[in-house]
Amino acid sequence: MSLTLENLSRTVDGIDYVRDANLTFEAGSFNVLLGRTLAGKTSMMRLMAGLDKPTEGRVLHRGEDVTGQSVQRRNISMIYQQFINYPTLTVYENIASPLRLAKMAKSEIDRRVKETASMLQIEPLLKRYPLELSGGQQQRTAMARALVKDATLVLFDEPLVNLDYKLREELRAELRELFRERQCIAVYATTEANEALALGGTTTLLHEGRVVQTGPVMDVYRAPTNTLAAQLFSEPPMNMIRGRVTSTEVTFDEYSHHALTQELEKLTPGDYWFGIRPSHISLVPTNDDDLEMSMEVALSEISGSETFMHVENSHFEMVMQLMGVHQYHTGAPVKVYLPVNKLFVFDSSEQLVHTPSRVSGGAL
Amino acid sequence: MRQTRSKNIGITIYILLLLTPVYWLLNMSFKTSREILGGLTLWPQNFTFDNYVVIFTDPSWYNGYLNSMAYVSINVVITLLVALPAAYAFSRYKFLGDKHLFFWLLSNRMAPPAVFLLPFFQLYSSIGLFDTHIAVALAHCLFNVPLAVWILEGFMKGVPREYDEMAYIDGYSFPRFFIKVFLPMIRSGIGVTAFFAFMFSWVELLLARTLTAVDAQPIGAIMTRTIGASGIDWGVLAAAGVLTIIPGLLVIWFVRNHVAKGFALGRV
Repeated sequence: MSLTLENLSRTVDGIDYVRDANLTFEAGSFNVLLGRTLAGKTSMMRLMAGLDKPTEGRVLHRGEDVTGQSVQRRNISMIYQQFINYPTLTVYENIASPLRLAKMAKSEIDRRVKETASMLQIEPLLKRYPLELSGGQQQRTAMARALVKDATLVLFDEPLVNLDYKLREELRAELRELFRERQCIAVYATTEANEALALGGTTTLLHEGRVVQTGPVMDVYRAPTNTLAAQLFSEPPMNMIRGRVTSTEVTFDEYSHHALTQELEKLTPGDYWFGIRPSHISLVPTNDDDLEMSMEVALSEISGSETFMHVENSHFEMVMQLMGVHQYHTGAPVKVYLPVNKLFVFDSSEQLVHTPSRVSGGAL
Repeated sequence: MRQTRSKNIGITIYILLLLTPVYWLLNMSFKTSREILGGLTLWPQNFTFDNYVVIFTDPSWYNGYLNSMAYVSINVVITLLVALPAAYAFSRYKFLGDKHLFFWLLSNRMAPPAVFLLPFFQLYSSIGLFDTHIAVALAHCLFNVPLAVWILEGFMKGVPREYDEMAYIDGYSFPRFFIKVFLPMIRSGIGVTAFFAFMFSWVELLLARTLTAVDAQPIGAIMTRTIGASGIDWGVLAAAGVLTIIPGLLVIWFVRNHVAKGFALGRV
């Protein structure tokens, strides 16, 4: 019951919306499409749903070519970023509508509507109209309508973006739970790396219409194949510094010299890109061989109980994600420490050559 | 306090001035012709329903109403049937010259009806449509369809395309989606459109009178031809006037909610 995209492309007015996508989605899997705005997430979903026709390539469902098939004949569901429900129908009728169109028996419709409604905790609202509900309740109604009909493919196009933070977390957790037992293919588009991590399953990174990397979420997170993947799957994006390795030391941007220690010793001399997540840089050393750098504070933004500090020197700049509220004046000199065992290393063509070693159970 | 009172006085005077002709029409319709011609009386001295009785019993009078209502209804129905799909196409699809076509439709309304008098008359006479209800209804469509497309397009654009897609995903076919999902969503727009189509067709006299003779003569035409052997029957004419206003009032009362909501939603 898998869905396969084969060399799928869609070009509109010379702009590639999706370029050469080759992906397979297995039944019962939860797939996250992660990418920035205009990365092609929605375009890809619309191709999978059959709402748009591909310029090239095929969509296969259970090995059968369904590329030209109309939306009505495919058994799919879609949930949009906007809360889309039939405004003239009650919540009950909204949820029942796909079943009524499938000419299901009345008693069966009633049973399934009530079951789905209670699953999504909107049972008391069945007699109301969608526009009388709060945003979260409206989206729950849309989800109930999508889940009630046992679709083989359920598409979520950034469904939680228009909800407030608390509600988002709550619905996200429920959503994951709802799909644990189901045998359908769930595809979920998001722009947030953290959301992809929270949802788990398989993650596919998209950038400008192309698939950058795909695989189980932790594999992609721990071993991004190139610098682009590393930056896409990190919020804020991973810091990248150019460095040159000789037999004894590493020099960052011909400016900051450090002795080679630990696993970096294995690197053959040459030019590399060194990546480090903003949350791994600290203001105090944690190990003896942390790479110490003198920087200046460029900007310090406080976001909730975290501080995003942008630091720079004459050669490169970095973003640090610090726990707690830190206040630094612009231009203040700081020493930052990069743990050697947290460094990603990419070769000069930006392909991954070294991942941080993982102590079992250790945080990444 | 003083300000509100002076405001109230102003409004009262304004409304009185507006209602004077309407009152006078009503006043006349309940008087006998003798009293109307006799001198100034502010209200009927010999209150009578005779004028109304004449209209409701004389076929040459009440047929006028029936004719008017017939072609107005046909016109509203045709206008909506034609304009709904057209407006949907304009709001959803891109096609060659769509913007030009849309503007051209509107420019149809810029010509006064008199311009089309001769072509319509000649055309209808030669194909045997002269003096039929459908003739007047079709002639009015020339003015109503563009306006209807324009109004409806505004309403339809306000419905995100995702609604269409959601319905297809749920399994609706296009016709079923259009009738069961889409039309109810823009029903206030349809109300506004029907109202405008009705208004134009009901008050338009020039085309309606020229394109008809006996069988489909509208009430407006009959009212302008009521010179009997004993001169003009003022009382009956006034009663006819009152009865002509009533359908308009009914329609306004009926669509008032929709119009108020519609004006805020659409672009009109």
